[in-house]
Amino acid sequence: MSAAHVYKRDHINTDEIIPARYLNTDDEAELAKHCLEDLDKDFVNKVQAGDIIVAGEDFGCGSSREHAVWAIRGAGVQTVIAKSFARIFFRNAINNGFYVIESHDGLEKINDGDELEIDYKTGLIKNKTAGVDIEFNPLPDFALEIINDGGLLNHITKRTTD
Amino acid sequence: MGMTLTEKILAKAADKEKVTPGQLIDANIDIVMCVDVTTPPAISMLAEKGLDKVFDREKIVVTPDHFQPAKDIKSAELHKRLDEWAKRHKIKYYYKLGRAGVCHALLPEQGHIRPGEVIVGPDSHTCTYGAFAAFGTGVGSTDAAAAIATGQLWFKVPASEKIVLNGPLGPGVYSKDVILAVIARIGVDGALYKAMEFVGPALAEMSMESRMTITNMAIEAGAKNGIIAFDDVTKQYLDEHLKDKTDYTVYESDEDAEYIGVEEFDCSAIEPMVALPPLPSGGVPVTDCAGKEMDQVYIGSCTNGRIEDLRIAAKILRGKQAAIRTIVVPATPTIWKQAKDEGLFDIFYDAGCVIAAPTCGACLGGFMGVLAAGEKCISTTNRNFVGRMGHPKSEVYLASPATAAASAVEGKLTDPRDHL
Repeated sequence: MSAAHVYKRDHINTDEIIPARYLNTDDEAELAKHCLEDLDKDFVNKVQAGDIIVAGEDFGCGSSREHAVWAIRGAGVQTVIAKSFARIFFRNAINNGFYVIESHDGLEKINDGDELEIDYKTGLIKNKTAGVDIEFNPLPDFALEIINDGGLLNHITKRTTD
Repeated sequence: MGMTLTEKILAKAADKEKVTPGQLIDANIDIVMCVDVTTPPAISMLAEKGLDKVFDREKIVVTPDHFQPAKDIKSAELHKRLDEWAKRHKIKYYYKLGRAGVCHALLPEQGHIRPGEVIVGPDSHTCTYGAFAAFGTGVGSTDAAAAIATGQLWFKVPASEKIVLNGPLGPGVYSKDVILAVIARIGVDGALYKAMEFVGPALAEMSMESRMTITNMAIEAGAKNGIIAFDDVTKQYLDEHLKDKTDYTVYESDEDAEYIGVEEFDCSAIEPMVALPPLPSGGVPVTDCAGKEMDQVYIGSCTNGRIEDLRIAAKILRGKQAAIRTIVVPATPTIWKQAKDEGLFDIFYDAGCVIAAPTCGACLGGFMGVLAAGEKCISTTNRNFVGRMGHPKSEVYLASPATAAASAVEGKLTDPRDHL
């Protein structure tokens, strides 16, 4: 079961996702303990493996800290559905093999706690609680290649050995 | 159809005659900038993947800066990992304690930024280098790792947005006020994924230091890079700062280059600005918020920690007392020494300011000026997000060094024009 954690907010920034006071480590499990701490102190207690974050425009704006992706992934989050993503966060997600979904309808059609099922291949979010389907454009091929290879460094290694 | 300055640099980096917005390219990287918080993870990733190599030990510039000198045991471990790696690979340009400084002030000052080149670094304000008609963009640790090992990165060519800055700036108004006004109008995602190309007569009057303040904050509008064309001011700075490699290529946007949008600003109408929390787009004229009481003033960072900024602040603080705690952080050791030699430290000391060693420090809530719950800080830095400089219930107000210094004297948000 994948529950939605909905934040009806634009510009959820990297400092809210993982405050710089925790940037003295790059340990994913440690970072995960503080995921979204300055936005929702209770998030880490609520989140279950496979859950999904849903938000508005420009998710992940601010710093280049990849720690933001690691904190979210480390907390067990399966994907982030946002109206749009800040550029560096989006790149960092792909480079880590972490699929993120750009969907303009997500925020309107998903409520906090809704159970979601995602088909990444066809680009479909099934909101099982509300009984609605939400289509999204799957990531472009170059990004899928990186994700399927398990991230940018694996992708590069594979390309050099091919 | 012609190309923009950004497109020309990326075309050259990708060994192509022409590139167009949206095109995916593999670009050759000229400089990889490496800092303490985000590079150690890159180093570890490379080691894990059996890719522990550097593409060119002379094209990597290393400086610890975010938590410099190490603020606690964990950051000391990060520094140690960076240090061991830099030594193991005999990185030629490694600025250690005593020579380390805030990266985006340090690299231009030490002559590592050249027009026409591509510079990446795992820090979002790498866009600062666009002030030199170069392509600079911030990346994450994985991208940095790829760039370190291969000297290449994939990019989607950004569309360019033209930001026209008509002059002149009024008294007490600086480039920081201009960029805060730009972001206030277009928003924190107003230039998302785009190249912000700054043009116009107001720029011609600005020093390289002032221009760097503008390109530095392009990321605060969501941009991939900020860029300013080469001119005599650029040339003079480069003549004074480039050392080992002094040749470079100057590109210019074509007359018929295509822009996705144009925003015009009458800089003579811009007043000293304060960006209210919690977003850099919260800029309002200081006259709208003057009188709001502050607890701390922070003058420093890659946005406004250069010698010109310290001179502006010192001029206002001369012979005065700071009414609230005021922290001055010269961005590099050279700036620190310059400020000392010029007597600025005497002014800051007499005014009751703390003078720190170069570090990003409190700008990101690291150390050397972290805020308690409920405290308010006027800061010359670039972000005022929730919890940016400390407790999530503290507040950051962004402004120019002049507005910050005037506010230090009064202990509240103050129009610097009353203190010139």
